Amino acid sequence: MSTETHGHAVTTHEGGHATIKTYVMIGVILTIVTAAEVAIFYIEALAPILVPALLVMSAGKFLLVVYFYMHLKYDSPVFSRVFFGPMLLAIVFVAASLVILFKYLPQIDSY
Amino acid sequence: MNPTTATATAHPPTSTGLDMWKLGFWVFLGSETLFFGSLIGTYMVYKGESIVGPEATEILNIPLTSISTFVLLMSSLAVVIALDMLQRGSRKGALFWILAIIVLGMGFLGFQAYEFTHFYHEGLTLQTNLFGSSFFILTGFHGAHVTVGVMWLFLLWVDCLRGRLGPHNAIRLEIAGLYWHFVDIVWIAIFTLIYLIT
Repeated sequence: MSTETHGHAVTTHEGGHATIKTYVMIGVILTIVTAAEVAIFYIEALAPILVPALLVMSAGKFLLVVYFYMHLKYDSPVFSRVFFGPMLLAIVFVAASLVILFKYLPQIDSY
Repeated sequence: MNPTTATATAHPPTSTGLDMWKLGFWVFLGSETLFFGSLIGTYMVYKGESIVGPEATEILNIPLTSISTFVLLMSSLAVVIALDMLQRGSRKGALFWILAIIVLGMGFLGFQAYEFTHFYHEGLTLQTNLFGSSFFILTGFHGAHVTVGVMWLFLLWVDCLRGRLGPHNAIRLEIAGLYWHFVDIVWIAIFTLIYLIT
């Protein structure tokens, strides 16, 4: 969509959403992936790949919600940057905490 | 009404061409990722470090939490349908779907209340061990966010009922929806990292 500001045409990049059919399809996919996550949790044979498989499926669900339900796919990339920037920082923070505590400080106090 | 028109008429155009309410809210959500990131990080650091039980593997109820996860995911679907209805000018449809989100949100909170009560009777409290402390703080803050979302949506439902929420100010529901979806994606992470990767 375009709006006129100070005599210049400004493209907002905002607006266009998916259809209800797409939303329902995403809802079905989210349900199936959740069911698959729970299923592989109980299958002993899949234990060696459980963690990476769960992380991939969880990331897939996360991206589906963010891009379609939160409309980042259709909105301005600025919104993506202000959201994914701090999220990346949070992931780095968690990873760094785990590395520091388990690699360099193996004897943490417990109770 | 075209969704874009509804958004455009809610606020005057800005020099960036972006809705400032929406941009501000995305910045807030960015800060919320850091908040929940620190809580999840704390839980993971303390994972398996408790010297007294009960531990996660002994007490977490995966089937029950799977159902509550499904309930929350479906509430996110209800949000986008409610917003679509409101932007199209279907007041009845919007009222129905906003109410559906509220009911599903309260259902999720009911599951959480049951889980917390069950854990309490099993001897797990905030003070029992590292697992109890980090688990209750993390999921408790998430539950508090869901509670705020339910109250926010109830206020919007009342406004919609009184005719004060319509296509011209659908951005109000869109922003509440962003908050609700964020709560949903945080739960997606919690469900995987806390419940399934034990």
